[in-house]
Amino acid sequence: YVWDANEEYLFKAVVAFAMRRYSSKSTTQISNVLLCNVTDRVSFWFVVTDSSENVSTIPGSEVEAAIRMNRNRINSAFLLSDRTLQFLKITSTLSPPVEPSTPVWLIVFGVVLCLIVAGIVFLIVAGIRQRKKKNKESTKRENLEEKGEVTVAVENGIPCETLDLKAGHVNGVFAADDERFTSL
Amino acid sequence: LSMPREIPKEDGRPKWDNKFQYILSCIGFAVGLGNVWRFPYLCQIHGGGAFLIPYFIALLFEGIPLLHLELALGQCLRKGSISAWNTISPYLGGVGIASWMVSVLVSLYYNTVLTWVMWYFINSFQEPLPWSTCPLNENRTGLNEECYESTAVNYFWYRKTLNITPDVTESGTLQWWLILCLAACWAIVYLCTIRGIETTGKAIYVTAIFPYLVLTIFLIQGLTLPGATEGLAYLFTPNLNTLKNPRVWLDAATQIFFSLSLAFGGLIAFSSYNPPKNDCEKDAVTVAIVNSVTSLYASIPVFSVLGFKATTAYWDCLNRNIINIINEFDLPEGSIMRQNYTAWMSLLNSSYPEKIAGLKLKNCDLQEFLDQSVSGTGLAFIIFTQAIILMPGSQAWAILFFIMLFSLGLSSMFGNIEGVFTPLLELRVISNSIPKELLSGAICLICFLIALCFTLGSGSYWIDIFDSYAGSVPLLVIAFFEVIGVAYIYKIQRFSKDVKWMTGRKLNLYWHITWRFISPLLLLIVFMAFITLQIQKPPSYAAWNPKYEGFPMKEEKTYPSWVQAICVLLAVLPCVFVPLVALFHLIQQMCRSKDPSFVPPEVFSPQGANN
Repeated sequence: YVWDANEEYLFKAVVAFAMRRYSSKSTTQISNVLLCNVTDRVSFWFVVTDSSENVSTIPGSEVEAAIRMNRNRINSAFLLSDRTLQFLKITSTLSPPVEPSTPVWLIVFGVVLCLIVAGIVFLIVAGIRQRKKKNKESTKRENLEEKGEVTVAVENGIPCETLDLKAGHVNGVFAADDERFTSL
Repeated sequence: LSMPREIPKEDGRPKWDNKFQYILSCIGFAVGLGNVWRFPYLCQIHGGGAFLIPYFIALLFEGIPLLHLELALGQCLRKGSISAWNTISPYLGGVGIASWMVSVLVSLYYNTVLTWVMWYFINSFQEPLPWSTCPLNENRTGLNEECYESTAVNYFWYRKTLNITPDVTESGTLQWWLILCLAACWAIVYLCTIRGIETTGKAIYVTAIFPYLVLTIFLIQGLTLPGATEGLAYLFTPNLNTLKNPRVWLDAATQIFFSLSLAFGGLIAFSSYNPPKNDCEKDAVTVAIVNSVTSLYASIPVFSVLGFKATTAYWDCLNRNIINIINEFDLPEGSIMRQNYTAWMSLLNSSYPEKIAGLKLKNCDLQEFLDQSVSGTGLAFIIFTQAIILMPGSQAWAILFFIMLFSLGLSSMFGNIEGVFTPLLELRVISNSIPKELLSGAICLICFLIALCFTLGSGSYWIDIFDSYAGSVPLLVIAFFEVIGVAYIYKIQRFSKDVKWMTGRKLNLYWHITWRFISPLLLLIVFMAFITLQIQKPPSYAAWNPKYEGFPMKEEKTYPSWVQAICVLLAVLPCVFVPLVALFHLIQQMCRSKDPSFVPPEVFSPQGANN
């Protein structure tokens, strides 16, 4: 926005407001605030006079204190911040950064760790179960081998003895030569 | 005399689910953090595009031959590094032990780097990012002094993450937050390597492919940032004069060598799980080329972001100067912009030189900002994090970036752990009674406990030491003996017959020449040059000392003598196994030859290798 006489008026009003709030006496008027040396940069000097006493200026320290107390109201009146609206010789107090009760990173870490531990437990349990299954299968195969007199010949994954049992009728062409099955 | 061999029967050795898993594992092992934070830096300081010339020459004569050698060796012998070298020749058994040792040492400190990445990752969920602002000091009157003098990003890295001590001899205390992250990292490594390649083979699909996705996203984002083109132009503008400096050639050779993760034994382990009839030649060329292309591809977003950061810093510098001038001369707002800054400056300088001099304006130079190049952890944790703060939506970018770094490092960790795991599986006679899960758990637990010393205040100094001494010189020595061993002790004719049996093609002349002459010679030259450069300057390090006068510049300190002794020990310990084992076997042979009743064992031939 352009800085014109209306903005100057607003500035005077805001400073008067700040003085009223600080000293809590409602005698300060907008006409008490005087601006001078307004430049194109939009920088100027201002003084606050005291109308009750005879045209003297209120000491700078009081004005400084008043402005410091109401800094955020002054800033928001002009839609500016501490950096864009500067009062020379008035340093702004810094606001501490917001800190949540539990640091956020601990929460994220907890989530990640839970996922990892769940994965590990799952894999270990799966591995144990797989090993038990393999043990059971190998003992089953050992039992089968004990039943058969010779080593079990496997044809298409089915032990030949079950094939024989199932078929009930041995095809002489194929079963003629025992030696055709390679022994393991 | 080599006999024609049959396909070895099913030996219960684990194998890859498919060829793609194997290739992806090798690529993941080779592509690591160095591709992202070392190659772009080297490209930049060694004359941009001109660096690619020595880089590709080194790739052709050193990288690809050595890679092919390791992959062919593992596939042919179907054993891990220790047993494989014992099989080639008992005198060369030390090479396998040396590479096993190096894998152990590197695994220790590499995972700590991943710990830092994880710490930054879990801190990226905060709004605003914790490294964007300085904390207040005790009485809340101003910013924390250490942070104020350096930058918020530096403070977060050196104080909040590392809590670094000013000297390597001051150990400081264990940082509990780093211990937590370290435990999580080792738990992740355990989760992925719990059953060897059965589990890493599944995990590698994610950890090897995901970084490429993120790099592409960063590429697109980076190219849209202002100042990206300056960064890229700066990176790639070739300056052929730098090629006259031998340092450039040395850096190219070492970069290729370390980038491909050769001589760790991990590649031998990976290829040992392959079916014997597999085209290892094509695999080697593929992996090497993908690694180099990834380096190039990664440097584009890195330099776009660096260019963006430099441009933003340049603009900030200009803006500060402009504000000072406007305040001084009471000019209206918006009269001086960046575009007409130089015109205004010349005008004001001619009319009011004293006033301008009195303002003490900083000289803003874009080149100067671009010149601030860093490699390694500084690039990722200081410079990149600073750039991320400036991007819109910084949390998302930070999260993506650190997950990408984590995946890159994790896939390299898989290779390291395989290099440790596979030889142990084969060495121990009682390996059948110990389930694989227990062995990998023991490895991870022991490594975690030892790596706790890297979480001390001085931890990052120790990691630099490990990286410079354990992860550099021994690898060169091991690789040299690998090539010599295969070419001259195992005899290249035998090896070429083996490779021909595996790939179905006769060995090209290129392989003969490189394996026999060029690669060993090159390795010897690189080794000599490396050692000479190391010896020339006394080993020193840059310490972060808030009490130093030149703070925030780092203080240059030299290592005390006991630390130097440790450095030498780290470099020598793996290498010493090579002569030790050879000597041991020589003595054994001499003792046995004196005993007339003893029949000397036949030299092992891998054809009948029943494993």
